[in-house]
Amino acid sequence: MEELPPDDVLVARLRDGDDKTFALVLDRWSGGLLRLARSFVSTEASAAEVVQETWVAVIEGLDRFEGRSSLKTWVYRILTNTAKRRGLREHRVVPMSSVDDSGPTVDPSRFRPAGDPFPGHWWDFPPLWPTPEQGMLRHEVQAQLRTALGELPERQRLVITLRDVEGYGSEEVCALLDITAANQRVLLHRARAFVRGKLEEYYTQEANR
Amino acid sequence: MNDLDCREFVEQVTAFLEHALDPEAEQRLVDHLALCDGCERYLDQVRRSVTDLRDLPADALPDETRAALLEAFRARTE
Repeated sequence: MEELPPDDVLVARLRDGDDKTFALVLDRWSGGLLRLARSFVSTEASAAEVVQETWVAVIEGLDRFEGRSSLKTWVYRILTNTAKRRGLREHRVVPMSSVDDSGPTVDPSRFRPAGDPFPGHWWDFPPLWPTPEQGMLRHEVQAQLRTALGELPERQRLVITLRDVEGYGSEEVCALLDITAANQRVLLHRARAFVRGKLEEYYTQEANR
Repeated sequence: MNDLDCREFVEQVTAFLEHALDPEAEQRLVDHLALCDGCERYLDQVRRSVTDLRDLPADALPDETRAALLEAFRARTE
């Protein structure tokens, strides 16, 4: 994908009213914004409205942008604030500390119990996954991934969406969600283990058909 | 096998991938990986899940929303 110009150039062009530049960032960032919005609100339509509201706020707030974060981070923050307000109205926001994030991420029955000669080791290795060339349709795997993301507890979904889907670094995600590095890692770990488990389920089902 | 077991290994996979373990803990994981095909496979599958997530195509804004926003942007400077 073509690189966006550096932030200072972007911001100057946007302030000058260059609509080609606006269309560029609009098309480049809206997909990620939609996914992020979807983590807070209950429907696709609602998410699209949150993204629209966000861009309107960006247009109106451009002259106030101070460049203390990147432009994209600033836009993402506006989105999370907008989406949280809306999620609250929809009674969907879970307080950032209320979900239980303890306990093992892999079913304990997959491991040998105490008293076994090899306690804590796999009974059976995780089943092999087909290589991508083995005909598993890309869009089917992607549908599985979307479903798995949708089933995650909210905080885990937010973290894995930002980190793995959007490719943000851990520091940015901690700042954006106002959580500690350790907390971020726990949420990411649980989310990734869940997604891996769902893919395992799917590949196992497909292999046995 | 060293003293780290598979049940512990799977819980440290993310910390390992984030380079968040102290050198000693990291070495235990590396040593375990060298001996355990099951955990090597588990780690690979986590990595592959992450790559597949990164490749998820993004949705696009509805056309009318996009048009309305471009309109709003143009109106800003008028």
